Amino acid sequence: MPPFIQTAKIPMDLTLLTIQFMNGLQLGVLLFMLAAGLSLTFGIMDLVNLAHGSFYMAGAFISASIIFWTGSFVWGVLLAIPLVGLLGLVTEFLVIRHLYSRSHLDHVLATFGIILVFDSLVHIFWGSNGISVPLPVWLDGQVEIFTGMVFPTFRLVIIITGLLMAVGLYILVNHTRLGMLIRAGASDRTMVSALGINIQLLFAMVFTLGAVLAAIAGMLIAPITEASIGMGGQIIITAFVVVVIGGVGSMKGAFVAAMLVGLIDTLGRSYLDDLFKLVMSPGAAETAAPAISAMAIYILMAAILAVRPQGLFPPKVR
Amino acid sequence: MSNPVLVTSRLSKHFGGVTATDDVSITVNKFETHAVIGPNGAGKTTLVSQISGSLKPDGGKVFFNGRDITSMSVNRRALAGLARSFQITSLVMSMTVLDNVALAVQARSGHSFKFWKPARNIASIRQPAMQILETVGLAERADHKVSSLSHGERRQVEIAVALATDPDLLLLDEPMAGMGATESAAMVKLLKNLGKEKSILLVEHDMDAVFALADRISVLVYGRIIATGTPDEIRKDEAVLHAYLGEN
Amino acid sequence: MSKPSSSAIITAIILLALAIIPVTASLTGQGFYLDLATRLVCLAIAAVSLNLILGIGGMASFGHAVFIGIGAYAVGIASYHATYGDFDLVATYSGLFQITLAVVLSALFALITGAISLRTKGVHFIMITMAFGQMMYYFFVSLDTYGGDDGLTIDVRSQFPLISFDNPLQLYLVSYVVLLISIFTVWKLANSRFGMVLKGAKANEDRMRAIGYNTYIYRLVAYVIAGAMCGLSGALLGNFTTFISPAMIDWTRSGELMFMVILGGAGTIIGPVIGAVIFVVVEHFLPIIMNLIKPGSGLYWHLPFGIILILAVLFARGGLMGLMSRGGDDE
Repeated sequence: MPPFIQTAKIPMDLTLLTIQFMNGLQLGVLLFMLAAGLSLTFGIMDLVNLAHGSFYMAGAFISASIIFWTGSFVWGVLLAIPLVGLLGLVTEFLVIRHLYSRSHLDHVLATFGIILVFDSLVHIFWGSNGISVPLPVWLDGQVEIFTGMVFPTFRLVIIITGLLMAVGLYILVNHTRLGMLIRAGASDRTMVSALGINIQLLFAMVFTLGAVLAAIAGMLIAPITEASIGMGGQIIITAFVVVVIGGVGSMKGAFVAAMLVGLIDTLGRSYLDDLFKLVMSPGAAETAAPAISAMAIYILMAAILAVRPQGLFPPKVR
Repeated sequence: MSNPVLVTSRLSKHFGGVTATDDVSITVNKFETHAVIGPNGAGKTTLVSQISGSLKPDGGKVFFNGRDITSMSVNRRALAGLARSFQITSLVMSMTVLDNVALAVQARSGHSFKFWKPARNIASIRQPAMQILETVGLAERADHKVSSLSHGERRQVEIAVALATDPDLLLLDEPMAGMGATESAAMVKLLKNLGKEKSILLVEHDMDAVFALADRISVLVYGRIIATGTPDEIRKDEAVLHAYLGEN
Repeated sequence: MSKPSSSAIITAIILLALAIIPVTASLTGQGFYLDLATRLVCLAIAAVSLNLILGIGGMASFGHAVFIGIGAYAVGIASYHATYGDFDLVATYSGLFQITLAVVLSALFALITGAISLRTKGVHFIMITMAFGQMMYYFFVSLDTYGGDDGLTIDVRSQFPLISFDNPLQLYLVSYVVLLISIFTVWKLANSRFGMVLKGAKANEDRMRAIGYNTYIYRLVAYVIAGAMCGLSGALLGNFTTFISPAMIDWTRSGELMFMVILGGAGTIIGPVIGAVIFVVVEHFLPIIMNLIKPGSGLYWHLPFGIILILAVLFARGGLMGLMSRGGDDE
């Protein structure tokens, strides 16, 4: 449990609410970094990539090792990024590239295979136990965001980085030539090839971009949790939920859905039992709340899909 | 005129700023073959989709046998007696010709929640399906997979499948698409025969076929009907001549 | 079905082998192989049920293991309360009741989640079924009474008149018979009028709707049947392992079921069973072989397994049944 929980004694206290809100935001931006790449590869290449979480894991482990060698967190992140990019390119070249023309089932099986390979490689190189990643002193402290309200510096860094990434992606997608091709590809794939674009190169770039974004999310979360095998497998499902809610191929959808899922998941876990206690016995509330809050985002997804099967922001034309 | 089988009343559809159909009103009378022609992009495909139900109109209504079917789903329209063929051959390629037609016969025979008896042994479905294949001249290909047929033969299966639902109206979306001269001629002959006992809405590019088959023709340009009349009237119509000659 | 005889022969050989080898092994004191076979047969039932929706109906469900979990938990929870009291509604050792409960709850879950999931297609469907599976994973994790994350040991197996699940051979034979019934059922369904509609909808949904089928309802019914059948396999698996935990329904388990169906040959009748055989054999013997080559390396058997999986997708289209009997009846 994060240390700042103790600072608040009253459950519905505003300070705690703000901090939980920030935590939800932090989960939201991490989910966005994962979901953005997933959504792009779904939207443009029509590729179901289960192995997207493997890059998240790879980012965490590779940066962790570099941090230990160089002793610098910043160098760890900066050097890990091109390495993971290379890993993404190689994966695309060896396996993914041959899947675009295949059925979704083939995508599922082959990328499932990639997960097994990545997990095994991490097992071989780093062992089966997770490794915790130390933070430099200047990132390890807390900052006062309002009077009397402190928040861990590093979590603030994650939020700011995530938001910067979102802005960067927004500019990339909406104001660059690559972005124009990406948008065109998300709504109509044949059009892009009709424009005479080197589609293979575009696909490789988009895949690698997605892999790098996922890896950065992994690097950022590692100091808080730790780098561990299976970390990708857990979060990837949540990222799928985000993509489905947001609408496949939509960056705006991915962002809105990521924030929604991040906030609902975090706030649900902290406040649902209090809410339940208003309408049921404390005993019943304490039993029901964890179960419901664990399922909250899936229930949200089901509810949204029941009304809008294409998600909140479906791309205009198929 | 007797009661019309199909009436579309002021159908409209817009895609963003583009108007695909605009105030389209068409009637198909009993045992009439009514053809809709028009240059590319005139909105023919949108019209077919609106009538068959895969596209909901922004405005206007569709009446079928006097019933308002505007909000009816594709499958319920089919059961009500509105059968369509597809512009791009749309069949179950991995099944045989007979299987494809039998599925359509099975559809009209009530629900198919029959879980045990092998479908291929049910005479009350296989025999009518076989008869329809004889009507369209494909009986000897019954046991071939659709994927092994020629393009022309597949187009014939399209018609057979539509016929097998025992429809009151055949909505044919460019049945001659991609056919050679001989194949087209055979298809015209087939449709000519069908036209005697079926109401047909024929959306077609091939002018020779349209003028050979249609009792009445409507001309669709930029989403609007600019003329409706007998083939002779359409041939002489100023607006039609302008639209076709002026375009090219 | 260009060569029905060859696939019929393969089917007969596999089913005979599954009847003879484990029983012989058990009678000659090699109980371990009977255990391996029991697990195999339970997974095969699940794979056969997945094949109904995935192979025949074209619904790529990535949450099928959830039904194994529901089936197993139905048995475990009923048995738990029969031992420790409370929850009288389900507290019983009666196998008939437990298995009915497993099947009914699985069917109900399939009905609710299927009704939502089947409104979507393609990638959406894959992800939604996966998410519903994971939802139940977290649901079981949150059930502290039944061990949460750590799972629950089933102290007393399902009880039947005349049969005892405590006897490994009897448990195996019952599972084997259930497998035979499942295969037969799916085969009958696939060739029935219902099955023709399912196959038609898989190949060309627009066409099926245009001739008057409400494809959604047919798919939903198939989804519920498959869920119920898989729930049954979960009830058997729970009785076999006598231990249930959320790990049984982790999404990777669903991935393994998909692997069995697709690698064996989706849409074929015996393919999923072949896939289950391959999976269990590889899972068991690959580490042993690797350890023989380099002691200790068996730990990393997922590495060659993953590579095999990738290569199989890239180079063995249509599954092993596809390779063996060129041109099965689907694609």
